[in-house]
Amino acid sequence: MSGAGLHLSDVACLRGGRMLFRGVSLSLNAGASALLTGPNGVGKSSLLRLCAGLLPAFSGTIKRTGAVALADERLALDSELPLARALDFWARLDDSADGAVAAALNAMTLAPLADVPVRMLSTGQRKRAMLARVIASGAPIWLLDEPGNGLDTASLDLLGAAVAAHLAAGGIVVTASHQPLPLGAPVTLSLTDHLPDPAEWDA
Amino acid sequence: MRMLWLLASRDLGAAWRSSGLWLPIAFLLLVASLYPFAVGPDLTLLRRTGGGMLWIAALLASLLPVDRLIAPDRDAGVLDQIALRGISDEMVVLARLIAHWLGFGPPLMLATLPAAALLKLDGGTIWMLEAGLLVGTPALAALGLLVATLTAGLRSSGALAGLLALPLAVPLLIFGAGTLGDGSGAALKYLAAASLLLVAITPFAGGAAIRAGRE
Repeated sequence: MSGAGLHLSDVACLRGGRMLFRGVSLSLNAGASALLTGPNGVGKSSLLRLCAGLLPAFSGTIKRTGAVALADERLALDSELPLARALDFWARLDDSADGAVAAALNAMTLAPLADVPVRMLSTGQRKRAMLARVIASGAPIWLLDEPGNGLDTASLDLLGAAVAAHLAAGGIVVTASHQPLPLGAPVTLSLTDHLPDPAEWDA
Repeated sequence: MRMLWLLASRDLGAAWRSSGLWLPIAFLLLVASLYPFAVGPDLTLLRRTGGGMLWIAALLASLLPVDRLIAPDRDAGVLDQIALRGISDEMVVLARLIAHWLGFGPPLMLATLPAAALLKLDGGTIWMLEAGLLVGTPALAALGLLVATLTAGLRSSGALAGLLALPLAVPLLIFGAGTLGDGSGAALKYLAAASLLLVAITPFAGGAAIRAGRE
């Protein structure tokens, strides 16, 4: 995973005809993490989608080195399939190592639920299943959108341990979260500091 | 190639589990059994019009699965997760086209046999019908998929999909039903040409539609 990098310079985001933020710069190398903060609607999820390459930046440049795994509010697992098989589809697409899914299930203590259809999982279990998908992907850059939502204390510890292990292995984690997570020494990026100047924008 | 196979096999599996595969078959058989009630049991009339009626039924049957082709995966974030992995949206649509045709074309051709028996079609007509469907169902599948990509994310997309697809399907219907009374084979060639065109543009147009709908 060494050599992974995520570099944003002077990025602005325009969505639905509205400038969400501008002038965002962020530079993360292997083992670094960032925490996005700001009130609802300020554009944290949009910034994660920009980092993932799913949205084009209005201006500025985004440079990624290494594959990206995204955990947003959508599970993206086939609801009719047993959990292990649903995860297996992504693992095969990612060409993950054998046992990556089993290891990810263990990391999120989901192994006893491997044969349960995804639609039967509870909210917290679904969130953990999504994190297992991220872990199993083997991608160096993790983008986590509110990863702690719906998790109990024990599961939050699992998430913290997974993030810490990923960072120790030279991965990169960008997370938008209201809960404190053990991110090491994250770069904190408050999007409220990057709101567009209304006067300038109306002109 | 491996990627295409992985995507297509997942799509086919999802269609199988959702039991959506039975819908077009049941629809075709239902229409074929209702038709004699509507026009009366006149053998010559049924023979003369039955083939064309089955083409209309096949066309309408192709619209039934439209709302489950793209929208559920878009809403579940599956399309975004695939895009994250650097797989082009064109590839996604191509894989889905293959999977959709496999789950739609051959079953429909199979269902045509009992449907043709219900309408007392003669052997020659059944052969032409099956040949026409073999050539035409890829186009029907492509058209359904194309409108599915265009209408994914819209409300009441099912009704809109019908309105979008039916005008585009007119050439398929003309050439497809035309094959039945045409000994020269020209209609079949036109059908093949229309089918090729639709199959060729669908991955690109559908991929562009998915990309444009990403927000």
